[in-house]
Amino acid sequence: MIVSLTLILFCQLLGEVVARGFGWPLPGPVLGMLFLLVFLTLRDSIRTKVPEFGRALDGTGKGLLAHLSLLFIPASVGVIQRLDVLAEHGLGLAVALIVSTLVTLVVTVVTFVVVSRLSGSSMEDNGEVPSRD
Amino acid sequence: MTDQTFSLWVYLSQTPLLWLVVTLSAYAIADRISQAFKRHPLCNPVLIAVVSVALVLWVTSTSYPVYFEGAKFVHFLLGPATVALAIPLYENRRIVLRSIIPMMVALVVGSVTAIVSAVAVAQMFGMPNSVLISLAPKSVTAPVGMGITEALGGDPSLTAILIMLTGVAGSIMVTPLMNSLRMKDWRARGFAVGLASHGIGTARAFQVNSLAGTFAGIAMGLNALVTALLLPFVLKLLLD
Repeated sequence: MIVSLTLILFCQLLGEVVARGFGWPLPGPVLGMLFLLVFLTLRDSIRTKVPEFGRALDGTGKGLLAHLSLLFIPASVGVIQRLDVLAEHGLGLAVALIVSTLVTLVVTVVTFVVVSRLSGSSMEDNGEVPSRD
Repeated sequence: MTDQTFSLWVYLSQTPLLWLVVTLSAYAIADRISQAFKRHPLCNPVLIAVVSVALVLWVTSTSYPVYFEGAKFVHFLLGPATVALAIPLYENRRIVLRSIIPMMVALVVGSVTAIVSAVAVAQMFGMPNSVLISLAPKSVTAPVGMGITEALGGDPSLTAILIMLTGVAGSIMVTPLMNSLRMKDWRARGFAVGLASHGIGTARAFQVNSLAGTFAGIAMGLNALVTALLLPFVLKLLLD
């Protein structure tokens, strides 16, 4: 687990160094994700010789992702610092956020499904949608 | 309070330990509540936990910077968690590569929609430009969104809050909305919520379906890039 965590943090560090070094508008962790992706691709070829190589990584990574919601709490509590602006423009901001999020969800999902059908990569028959999940 | 309990409180309230425990407990309780209601969209664990922590801070008159001293250890893990998105992405690489065309088209269309719809509605309410700029990157993951706002002369801390609220709104809306639209493609559902509601939407998608979560994570990463590139131009057209 420590080795896996070190590897993940190393990818993030590499991402930060590259993003800041080149002044790219991309966050370091997103670039780090690409570096980890490269590592995972390499891991498959190494594994044919050393089957144990990097085995704990999947467990550590999924452990982090299982509680992704937790990680947003500290930053989100920051809302208490700006209640004044929210009070001033509260109604307009609420309407703008709700309408925009709704429209974005619908436009994105419809675009994805339509283009997916047109390009012949449709997957709609896979998996079922439970009535409430 | 007696002198002794008071000095204990003064000591504890200044150490990271107390606020770390408060954050983790709030989440653990919120997650149980969410589970008890079978992950009903309205029982959003982020929303429940944030409201409970905010109440604790209000009751104890604790300032946000003091709270964050403890909570920053949890906050730090956001970076490694983003990196870890590579793991489900790699597992689903075949489906992802097959979906590259719909993903790219939906990315550009969705990204522009997210910016234009938010700014257009806010303009109808006659909001000042500084608020409009801070609102425009609301669908992007917080570190990128705040950076965009700062570069354009908005208020990054307002952006952070609007981003959080967008995340919660999207993760509450997505399941009932997609079911009522009869969308059965988990890739499309996940991609939409990741694009519209970044990491908080991605967290919701992972709760519902791991393929949806994977696509949400991809959408979040790509939308951060596309919005950073497009937003200055789109905003110029909207505000002039």
